Amino acid sequence: MEKARPVWNNPLQFVFACISYAVGLGNVWRFPYLCQMYGGGGFLIPYIIMLVVEGMPLLYLELAVGQRMRQGSIGAWNIISPYLRGVGIASVVVSFFLSMYYNVINAWAFWYLFHSFQDPLPWSSCPLNSNLTGYDDECEKASSTQYFWYRKTLNISPSIEENGGIQWEQALCLILAWLVVYLCILRGTESTGKIEQLANPKTWINAATQIFFSLGLGFGSLIAFASYNEPSNNCQKHAIIVSLINSSTSIFASIVTFSIYGFKATFNYENCINKVILLLTNSFDLEDGFLTPGNLEETKVYLASAYPTEYSKIFPEIKNCSLESELDTAVQGTGLSFIVYTEAIKNMEVSQLWSVLYFVMLLMLGIGSMLGNTAAILTPLTDSNTISSRLPKEAISGLVCLINCAIGLVFTMEAGNYWFDIFNDYAATLSLLLIVLVETIAVCYVYGLKRFENDLQVMTGYKPNWYWKIIWAFVSPLLIISLFIFYLTDYILAGTLQYQAWDATQGQLVTRDYPGYALAVIGLLVASSTMCIPLVALGTFIMSRWKKGKTVSV
Amino acid sequence: MLVALLPILSLVTVIHAQLCQPDAKNAFKVRVSLKTALGDKAYAWNENEEYLFKAMVAFSIRTFSNREKIEISNVLLCNVTKRVSFWFVVTDPSKNQTVPADEVQAAIRMNRNRINNAFFLDDQTLEFLEIPATLGPPTEPSTPIWVIVFGVVFCLVIVGIILLIISGIRQRKRKSKASMETVDVEDKCETMVTIENGIPCDTLDSKEGRFNRAFAAEDEKLTPL
Repeated sequence: MEKARPVWNNPLQFVFACISYAVGLGNVWRFPYLCQMYGGGGFLIPYIIMLVVEGMPLLYLELAVGQRMRQGSIGAWNIISPYLRGVGIASVVVSFFLSMYYNVINAWAFWYLFHSFQDPLPWSSCPLNSNLTGYDDECEKASSTQYFWYRKTLNISPSIEENGGIQWEQALCLILAWLVVYLCILRGTESTGKIEQLANPKTWINAATQIFFSLGLGFGSLIAFASYNEPSNNCQKHAIIVSLINSSTSIFASIVTFSIYGFKATFNYENCINKVILLLTNSFDLEDGFLTPGNLEETKVYLASAYPTEYSKIFPEIKNCSLESELDTAVQGTGLSFIVYTEAIKNMEVSQLWSVLYFVMLLMLGIGSMLGNTAAILTPLTDSNTISSRLPKEAISGLVCLINCAIGLVFTMEAGNYWFDIFNDYAATLSLLLIVLVETIAVCYVYGLKRFENDLQVMTGYKPNWYWKIIWAFVSPLLIISLFIFYLTDYILAGTLQYQAWDATQGQLVTRDYPGYALAVIGLLVASSTMCIPLVALGTFIMSRWKKGKTVSV
Repeated sequence: MLVALLPILSLVTVIHAQLCQPDAKNAFKVRVSLKTALGDKAYAWNENEEYLFKAMVAFSIRTFSNREKIEISNVLLCNVTKRVSFWFVVTDPSKNQTVPADEVQAAIRMNRNRINNAFFLDDQTLEFLEIPATLGPPTEPSTPIWVIVFGVVFCLVIVGIILLIISGIRQRKRKSKASMETVDVEDKCETMVTIENGIPCDTLDSKEGRFNRAFAAEDEKLTPL
C-alpha cells in the first residue's frame, strides 16, 4: 500500500520553486563582488563556460534523480545503492547546518525593514554622546551605517572569545523569521510553489565555485523538489531554464550593485574633498568659499611653500581623496548588503521607500532559499515511514523549525556574527563538493549510465543526448576533483585560519586568529557531513554481512 | 594673485589692546562661515555685525551671572580675519580684568540658540572654538517605531499559522469521519486495483494513476548488495 505522493499543481509551480530556491542572496552579494575582483565584465566568460559545463549538467542530474526516484535525498540514494544512503544523509546534515545560520540573515533583514519606517533613517546620522556635546566616539571613527550595523544591530563583541549575552531584539526577529518559514512549509512542500583575467586560475575556480553554490547543488533541495514532479516532466528543459534565470539574475544584480558602488564612491569622494577644504580654510583663515575643488591642488602647493611650518603641522590630517580608491573597496556578504547599500540609500531622496523596497527584496530572496533548505530536511523525514506515521506533517515541520531556531539563537549573541562567519565559510563548502562528486559517480558508475538513460527515456520520452552523458561521466567529476584539491591545498597552505573582528576603539575591522575551540568547531562542521558517506557505507556493509552470517548459521 | 587674497589682519579699534589677543587669558576664538550657511544670501561681515555680536555676548553674560551691568563696550573683539574669524574677551567693568572663561562659556552655551538665530547661522557655521555646542537629542517616541511594525507582522504570521493548523486538523477529522461511514463500501472497492485504507475510491484525486508496488519487479529499482 503506497500513499499517493503529493504533486506540484503544474510544472510552472515546480520551476518557480526551483528558481526561488536558486536565486538567493548569493546572486546579490557574492556575484558582484567576484565580478569586481576578477576583471569586471571579463569574469562573465569563465562564469558562462562553467555554467554550461558544470552548472546545467549537474542541475539536470539532480532533478532527474529526484524525478525518477520520487523520494527525498536519503530515499533516492538508498534506491541507487544502499551503501550510498550516506550521501543523502550528508546532504540533510549540510542542509541542517545551512538552515541554522541562513535564517539569521532574514532576521537581520526584518530588523532593518522595521527600522525603515522612521524619518530620518536611524543609520543616516550618528547618535549623540553622553554629555550631548558631540557625536558618539565609535560612530565618529567609523561611519553611521557601520555603527548601526556593528553596534545597534549586532552589538558585536571585540573578539570571538567574548560571548556576551543574547540580544533580545535580534532573537525576536529570528523567531519571527522562523515563524514565517514555518507558515510557508506548514502544509508540506506542495504549498511552497511560489511565483526566482582569464589567465588567472583563481578566476576560473571562483567562477566554478560560484555556479556550484549559486545553483544550490548537493543540498538535496533540488532532489526534494523534483521528487514531487510527475515522472513525465521535462526536467531537461527545466534545468536549463532555472540555471539561465539564476545566472541572468546574478548579472542583473551586479549591474545594480555597480551603480550603487559608483554613487557611494562619488558621494564619499566629494565629502572627502569638502573636509580637506574646511581644514585648510580653518587653519589658514582663508576667506570662506574661496577654496573650491577646482583650485584645491594649486592652493595646497602655494600654502605649502608660503607657510611651511603651519602646513607641515596639519599635513598629516590632509587626506588624499581619490575616486579610484573609493571604487576599489570591494565588499561582499553582509557587509555589502547592510553597510554599503544602506549608506547609498540614506543619501537618496525618499530614502524610506527605497529602504523598505530593498529589504523586502532581501527577505523574498532569503525566505525563498530557506524554503528550499527546509524542504531538503523535511522531505526525507516525511518520506521515512517511522517518523511520518507517528507525527503529522505540521508537527514535524514545527519541530524542525523549533530546533533550528533554538540553535540559531547562538547567532544572536554578541559574538554571534563571528560564529555566523564560521558557518558561512565552512559549513557547506568542502562537504558539498564531496557530496556532488559522489552523486555524479554514483549515478554514472554505480547505478549505471545506461540504466539511468533508459529510465529517463521511460519517464520523459527521450534519451539525454551525448553532450550530457560526456559531461556527467567525465568532465564534471574531473572538475569537481580539481576544485576539491584546490580548496584543500588552499586551506592547508593558509596556515592558521583568521577572521575579521570589529574593533570599537578604532572603528574598523582587525584581523585575528581563531582560538582553538573555534578551529575544532570548523573541523567538526566539515567532518560531520563528509564522514556520513563512508561511515554509513561501512555500517551498511557490516549489517549485510551480519545478516548473511545469521541466515547461514540457521 | 593669490597674495592679494591672503588674509589681511585688519585693524579694529581696541580699547584695551593687551587684554584682547589671540590665545590671551579667557579669550575665545569665533569662526563665522557665512557663505557656507547662506550661499547667495550671505551678508557681509562688517562693523554693524560685530556690534550685534558684542550685544549678544553682553546679553548672555547679563542673563547668566549676577555681575554688575555688563555693557557692549566691555566686550572686546580683535584679530578679525577675512575667514571670518576673530577673538573676543569680556572685561569686568569694576575690576580691570577679564571675566573667567568658564563663566563666559556657560553663558554662551545657555543662549547659544538665540545667538545663532540672530545671525541666521547654526552651530556648525557660527563656531565658538572650545565652547562645545549642546546638540539637540533626537526626539524619541515612547514606543520605538520598529516594535510596532514588528508587532503587526508577528501577529499576522501567528494568525496565519493558527488558521492553517486548524484547517489541517479539520480536514483530517473530515477524512476519518468519511472513512467510518463508508467501511461497507470498501468491499465493493476491493476489486479495483489498489485502495488506500479507509478512503473510498471516488474521493481519490490522483492524476497519474496508482503505482502498484506489488506489480513492480523488486530488482529493477534496487541495486543488489
